[in-house]
Amino acid sequence: MSDISIMEPSGPKPKLWLEPSRIGVYAFLVITALYFLFPLYIVIITSFKDLAAIRDGNIFWPQLVYPEGTHWYDPWYRAWFEVCTGLECKGISPNFWNSVIITVPSVIVSIAVAITTGYALSNWPFKFSEGFFTILIVGSFVPYQVMLYPMVLLTKNMGIYSTLSAVVFVHTVFGLPILTLLFRNYFASLPVELFKAARVDGAGFWRILLQVFLPMSLPILTVAVILQVTGIWNDFLFGVVFAGLPNYPMTVKLNNIFTSTFGVKEYNVEMAATILTGAVPLAIYFLSGKYFVRGIAAGAVKG
Amino acid sequence: MTATAKMDKPSVSVRGLAQSYGALQVLKALDLDIADGEFIVLLGPSGCGKSTLLNCIAGLLEPTEGQVFIRGKNVTWEEPKDRGIGMVFQSYALYPQMTVERNLSFGLRVSGMPKEEIAKRVKRASEILQIEPLLARKPSQLSGGQRQRVAIGRALVRDVDVFLFDEPLSNLDAKLRAELRVEIKRLHQRLGNTMIYVTHDQIEALTLADRIAVMKGGTIQQLDDPLTIYNKPKNLYVAGFIGSPSMNFLKGKIEGSGKTATFKLGSGKVALKDYEAAVPLKPAASVLGVRPEHIRVNTEKEDGASEAFKAIVDIVEPMGSDSLVWLKVEGQQLSARVESNQHFDPGQKVDVRFRINLASVFDEASGDRL
Repeated sequence: MSDISIMEPSGPKPKLWLEPSRIGVYAFLVITALYFLFPLYIVIITSFKDLAAIRDGNIFWPQLVYPEGTHWYDPWYRAWFEVCTGLECKGISPNFWNSVIITVPSVIVSIAVAITTGYALSNWPFKFSEGFFTILIVGSFVPYQVMLYPMVLLTKNMGIYSTLSAVVFVHTVFGLPILTLLFRNYFASLPVELFKAARVDGAGFWRILLQVFLPMSLPILTVAVILQVTGIWNDFLFGVVFAGLPNYPMTVKLNNIFTSTFGVKEYNVEMAATILTGAVPLAIYFLSGKYFVRGIAAGAVKG
Repeated sequence: MTATAKMDKPSVSVRGLAQSYGALQVLKALDLDIADGEFIVLLGPSGCGKSTLLNCIAGLLEPTEGQVFIRGKNVTWEEPKDRGIGMVFQSYALYPQMTVERNLSFGLRVSGMPKEEIAKRVKRASEILQIEPLLARKPSQLSGGQRQRVAIGRALVRDVDVFLFDEPLSNLDAKLRAELRVEIKRLHQRLGNTMIYVTHDQIEALTLADRIAVMKGGTIQQLDDPLTIYNKPKNLYVAGFIGSPSMNFLKGKIEGSGKTATFKLGSGKVALKDYEAAVPLKPAASVLGVRPEHIRVNTEKEDGASEAFKAIVDIVEPMGSDSLVWLKVEGQQLSARVESNQHFDPGQKVDVRFRINLASVFDEASGDRL
């Protein structure tokens, strides 16, 4: 019992964060962040300049002084209310509302159908449900372009081609495979005994879905809403093919603003329109980023 | 009130029940009658079909063949809710977003029962299970034992004829398991409902059951009260599955027949005159099954015990109340349970006697009890 001695902490205190390896990590993060933030910075400051400042000034430097009678927000006002494509000079705002009218029903209908289908596939197996599910998976890998022409014919025959309804319809249909997969896998990851308990309690198909499963589905619902809102808002192809000229969504309009060769090229207005178009998905990501990651972890990747 | 006396009006009956998934047969033409108020335990290793049988009775699985009757009514094609059953699951399966009170009342609300009646029943169930202080909590705020109480309560409020338990204690730690086991037994004594209980734990089976159905490969191997199962196992499988430490199996052969038959073990012989044979004994390769507590080490001859065999002590395992001694007899290993004040050393030479009146003899080829 003589030779043991308790060892106290000794030696220099460990450095908190300025170790070489840490410096490397932070340097990498800073450089990566700059790489993505720098273009955004250019877009933002350019959108607040007038054309004279863009022509004469330094591209990296914001405009601080505005001539008499002009304002810093003038390009934004022009982008929203006045910018022209062809002969039409109503700005991008009508197309913003087109995008809203396309996105909201597409998101609601596709998720409502997919959640029901996914739930049925996972908990109420029927004779060919496995085969049906396989077809669904294969379906989610078919490139959209393959289905484009058939869909044009289909919507034409339905009498909705060149309307907002056509775009809503197409988005809903094409969203279903991946969303159904998402919901089926999520419901399959819930304990099957929960479903059994609800059945013993006498709950039927809809009651189990609405009162037992739906309140547990917040993480996956968030994922689905984000996927659909951003996907549909950012869509260009279906908008340009199915909407028809007055119904173009914001993305198509934005492209038309860029490619319009009429008159002077208004970089500041184009930048403002770009930010306005990207604002919705950006806001969604910022507001729900935490839930998005949680939802992905909660079962989106489980087979 | 014995089980057989009430069997003319069984609570649950299963006839020719079979369940298969493709080529895999999980249940094979199974028959079972459960008396009113009986506590029956389906016991077996995983994959023996016990949970499948329970799910078929509950109506959560449609059997491939066969029919299920509850209180004389054919319920084979009825929904679970119309069968008069309540079920308790291993993972508790409480609705996570609902409070305990809402969990208990969910089934009643589904059936459209008046509010006052629901409140009355929830109150009664929570009193019986002592979960009144928990009613406002969510399941995530409960301990494992509390969750399982709530799960039992969910079956209780529905005032069912038959309680089905699917390994309800397997997710709990040993101490809590023992506590809840007693509570389930008390609940059964108080309510007198028919209870069907699935487990792979033989202690749960032996302590709770009026009758145990030992299952293997989709069939019931033996259906008897716990003591019969323990003392007179029908075959080698049941004998080996029940009992811890498990029964010793000594290979040998029967010589002679009837009351004069003997079991030849190595160079020695065991007279079988004290063994109550189910069938007339005749010469054949067979297995002598003796439980560790039915082996006497270094004792005088007593009634029902065999002549002494020479044995060598291999290992001694003290277990507190008694000790387990591993021995080598005639080239075969066996374990004997001895009083802890009897001291043995490894390598020691001892005499062992088998209490033949309490032993079992099995046919080696078929594995059936003789």
